[in-house]
Amino acid sequence: MPPSPPSYESFRVEVLVRAGFSDARGNAARAELEQYGARGVGAVQSVRGFSLALPGGRAAAERIAAAVLADAVTDVFAVLGEGELLPLPAGFSRRIDVVKKAGVMDPAAEGVLRAVRAAGEDILAARTYSAFLVAGEPGAEALRQAGARALGNEAIEEISVGAGRPVEPLAQSAPARFLRVVVDLPESDERLLAISAAGGLSLSLEEMRAIRAHFRAAARSPTDLELETIAQTWSEHCKHKTLTGAVEIDGRRYENLLQETIFAATRALDRPWCVSVFSDNAGVVAFDEDFHVTFKVETHNHPSAIEPYGGAGTGIGGVLRDTMGTGLGAKPIVSTDVFCVGPPDLAQDQVPPGALSPLRVLKGVVAGVRDYGNRMGIPTANGAVLFDRRYTGNPLVFCGSVGLLPAGKVEKNARPGDLVVVAGGRTGRDGIHGATFSSRELHSASETLDSGAVQIGNAIAEKRLLDALLQARDRGLYTCITDCGAGGLSSAVGEMAAACGADVDVEKVPLKYAGLSYAEIWISEAQERMVFAVPPEHEAELLELFSSEDVEATVIGRFTASGRLVVRCGGAPVGDLDLDFLHQGVPRVARRAALPAAREDEPDLPSPESLGGALLQLLSAPNIASKEWIVRQYDHEVLAGTVVKPFAGREQLAPADAAVIKPRLDSSRGIAIGCGINPAYGDVDPYEMGLLAVDEAVRNVVAAGGRADRVALLDNFCAGSCERPEILGAVARVAEACRDAALALGAPFISGKDSLNNEYRCAEGSAAIPTTLLVSALAHVDDVRRAVTTDLKRAGSALLLVGVTRAELGGSAWYALHGRIGRSVPQVDLERARETFAAITGLQNGRLALACHDLAEGGLGVALAEMAFGTGLGAEVDLALVPRASGAGGLLSVERDDRILFSESPTRFLLEVAPERLAGARELLAGLPHAVIGQTSAAPRLAIRGLERALVLDEPIASLQRAFAAPLDFGSPAARPAAGGPR
Amino acid sequence: MKPRFLVLRAAGTNCDLETAFALESCGARAERVHVNRLLGGQAALDACDALVIPGGFSYGDDIAAGKVLAVELLHHLRDPILALVERGGLVLGICNGFQVLVKMGMLPGIAAPIGVQEAALTDNDSSRYEDRRVRLVSVAERCVFCGPGERIELPLAHAEGKYVPRDAALHRAVVAGGHVALRYVAADGGAPSYPENPNGSIDHVAGLVDRTGRVLGLMPHPERALLRVHHPAWTRETPPGAGEDGHGARFFRNAVLYLRG
Repeated sequence: MPPSPPSYESFRVEVLVRAGFSDARGNAARAELEQYGARGVGAVQSVRGFSLALPGGRAAAERIAAAVLADAVTDVFAVLGEGELLPLPAGFSRRIDVVKKAGVMDPAAEGVLRAVRAAGEDILAARTYSAFLVAGEPGAEALRQAGARALGNEAIEEISVGAGRPVEPLAQSAPARFLRVVVDLPESDERLLAISAAGGLSLSLEEMRAIRAHFRAAARSPTDLELETIAQTWSEHCKHKTLTGAVEIDGRRYENLLQETIFAATRALDRPWCVSVFSDNAGVVAFDEDFHVTFKVETHNHPSAIEPYGGAGTGIGGVLRDTMGTGLGAKPIVSTDVFCVGPPDLAQDQVPPGALSPLRVLKGVVAGVRDYGNRMGIPTANGAVLFDRRYTGNPLVFCGSVGLLPAGKVEKNARPGDLVVVAGGRTGRDGIHGATFSSRELHSASETLDSGAVQIGNAIAEKRLLDALLQARDRGLYTCITDCGAGGLSSAVGEMAAACGADVDVEKVPLKYAGLSYAEIWISEAQERMVFAVPPEHEAELLELFSSEDVEATVIGRFTASGRLVVRCGGAPVGDLDLDFLHQGVPRVARRAALPAAREDEPDLPSPESLGGALLQLLSAPNIASKEWIVRQYDHEVLAGTVVKPFAGREQLAPADAAVIKPRLDSSRGIAIGCGINPAYGDVDPYEMGLLAVDEAVRNVVAAGGRADRVALLDNFCAGSCERPEILGAVARVAEACRDAALALGAPFISGKDSLNNEYRCAEGSAAIPTTLLVSALAHVDDVRRAVTTDLKRAGSALLLVGVTRAELGGSAWYALHGRIGRSVPQVDLERARETFAAITGLQNGRLALACHDLAEGGLGVALAEMAFGTGLGAEVDLALVPRASGAGGLLSVERDDRILFSESPTRFLLEVAPERLAGARELLAGLPHAVIGQTSAAPRLAIRGLERALVLDEPIASLQRAFAAPLDFGSPAARPAAGGPR
Repeated sequence: MKPRFLVLRAAGTNCDLETAFALESCGARAERVHVNRLLGGQAALDACDALVIPGGFSYGDDIAAGKVLAVELLHHLRDPILALVERGGLVLGICNGFQVLVKMGMLPGIAAPIGVQEAALTDNDSSRYEDRRVRLVSVAERCVFCGPGERIELPLAHAEGKYVPRDAALHRAVVAGGHVALRYVAADGGAPSYPENPNGSIDHVAGLVDRTGRVLGLMPHPERALLRVHHPAWTRETPPGAGEDGHGARFFRNAVLYLRG
């Protein structure tokens, strides 16, 4: 127990922008408040607040405010003692305070303490907050409600309208009293389940019975900590019970669905460059003689639904720790992010009760990825955003990380006698029950009830940990490492000890504040922590190294040879689990799956009156429109390795297919990163959706210059409850598609993750998300100087279209514009796809293409427009020259201009080829469908002739560009409240 | 003898590796040094020829960008840093490093000594973090890192990069004293509007130099433009025989040349 603090006084320092200087945060807050329905809001002035516990009295507070907290040029400040309030300036009538709830992380406070002490002042504690002074006459309650939506989040913050409020700088919490809790497991099934429910354990009846049998055999009852440890380890989130369970579908039975589909394909392909697949925190593939690359994509859906900013930030923080915990520690080199949210313009009254509006979610997750990723200094260079109404209550947030791992640092094994060292952030009550929470469905009270499951990240704490860890790795100071993610220490230590045993004392774990029970310490998901196995002879060196990087590291126990996980609290045993039972004892799940049926018939849409108008509409559809507003908020160039950036061209407006990264500063070898995702196809046929996602991901990396024979894939499944046979059926068909595509294309899956139970429960019943597959691709690039971008380069080049166009519009963006799904979903010809990808790689190696873009949502029309954006050039195209064929069961004829222009047939590329290179390019494409369909022009217009030879579309590139740019340009971002923090 | 550059890092610094690499590949000896080591003893600072404060989010940019590190340097390493400049050494602040130098009062440095803040790098007018390529023109006569009249394209990425002088008189002194090192320009070289001036900087100021010409701070990142392939439109022109240098390399080459005498 810490000694009681010396006497202090608390002061609040409130910092405002000086008159005559612009208050960007205040201006942004005003725009947001108006957007969220506050009327009569005049000017808004932002206030950055600091609550300080100072032994030195008011004079010290004044000195600190002037020297440390306020900017001498742009700010003014007020020092407020207890009970004192900042007077409202003339014309201002209201004040909104946004203050973090007790126990919520306040990362900015750390910097305040460091700076105040560096300035030679004494300080005991600090907290930061923010406030907004509002002019005009808005109603107090309307203002509070708009403030709660626009300026903060009630899951983690108290938002009040008033005159200002006290903010206690020191967290007050009573020390925990040690009380060992033993849980008797009753005979009755009903009461067994009640224990699971009451504890938030998310354990099924079969699982509770297995636990009861195990402890009866040992003639004792489990402690609360033992039950929690089993619940965390057995959670769907950690164990993937459903997809590794038995599934019966359409007469086929899988004993282990993933093993027999996706893993089996990887095993069958047996690529020598696959170094570690489906075993470590990330998949590992060979890069060059010295290094491997690692790749992992995680989901962080449920926390992001409740607190998008914190959820997405800790999502990226978590996947970066996966990289740092792969092998003996990989260095993250590039991040990806993919979001699935509701429509950005959904009216507030269409948002289910308790859920946040889609725009709010989107802005929050973007800010979360931005602030965490940028601070960590990892470029975020690839991603996607999809909009579908069914994601409104349950958005999806995928965060991916690629790492660089020295070739000799793949193997790791904790050895008996090694010390268990926890390093990084301190442990608090944050994120308790994250693993079991993410395995449940959300409901309308989730926003308030589950705030304990939401964490706020501290990117700088993780950056310090990364800096220290890489040095310790290179000095060989530890034998094993893993991250503290879902399940906290219980999962991390349990996993590392699986092959030996461990004996740890939770009382040694450094805490953020007193009052945590031993079980809370054990399962807390406090961020920015990793666990190391350290041979005793390296203890002193490791602790000193970490301390020199301002990282706290603590020995909490030892690995043993006992085969048991022993947990103590101050020496007293509170858990003693058999590790075999913990890791192998979970009862296997067997489920029946049903083949999903297509939802509707093929529509018979008339030809649009104006193809130009149709293309403008498509370019403005949220799923296609420019994501530049989002992308530019991410640092995509830090580490100086990003060679193909998210936007290409002279004015950087042409969206890239993939990011090309040069991981080593001293080498031109590279990787291409891309992704494929389109849930709309799954509404017609989940199997085709799976093939199409793989096709798209491979298309993207190959288009940018990645080698078709060196593509590694990741799968991320998200779906609703697999208790429903048709949802499990869709998932099983997607898994079969992944297997078939991987085998045919020779592209193995190397890692994956699933997130099931993505449902939102409200008064009208339970709403499931569309079954969603994200495929991420990583391809080898022999020399990044041969990478190809999507932007047109010069007038007079040939436009060469590779691939067949069929009337395949089911699940297309064109049908979606008309509110339709249809049935004519694109069909992937896997054999031809393999040949086509190989040919494109040949073209890129021979530097035969000036530009290359894949055809995806919106088909040929959208691809043509995107390639011209910001280049000053245009294109003239003749649709009669497009290689085409009937398809999709003959549902539709392809002989129509709109169908040729907007079909989403797979495995197609549009290339710009200089006339003198055309013969060479066509030679490489021999045997594959391809044709020159037009040429680039010096006039910045898109001119298209139809099948009847008439000009059917003639639009200035500038108007197409405006239609593409406008819809998702949200201007100022959500004002984040933390003083001095994210902005 | 290769000139010796210290690349300072603190918790949250994240451009130190590529900055050190850029320096090394332009002929310097670069050593990354944690501020904790300098706080424990200034020997490394006394022995170096140049100090580089690279980009990143030092201490998370808690309070304001670069503020915490500026307070640390000002209170504990002011004298050895001043001595470095005094003996002809160089100081370069990139992005977060520029923010640190301005908050320390080292730039623009009209009224030496340091410690009095004369200008600010404050929230972008767009009020958000932005990563984009900018076009610049160099204007300072005496900056050892970059001579006047050069058109340069560099990437930039920050949320707090808007240059604001304390008042109009101060800015007149900045201009008259030749302290403006770099300005944002439009594609045709004319006056920029958003996003050509990406943050709303007064007088389009992108970089400042002190009275000696040896202390430079700039918001754009030359180390991210070391190579030709760093330019966002590099795939457009591949003139045969053109070197691999990007637009940013000159800053490091010039610094090394200057120190070699």
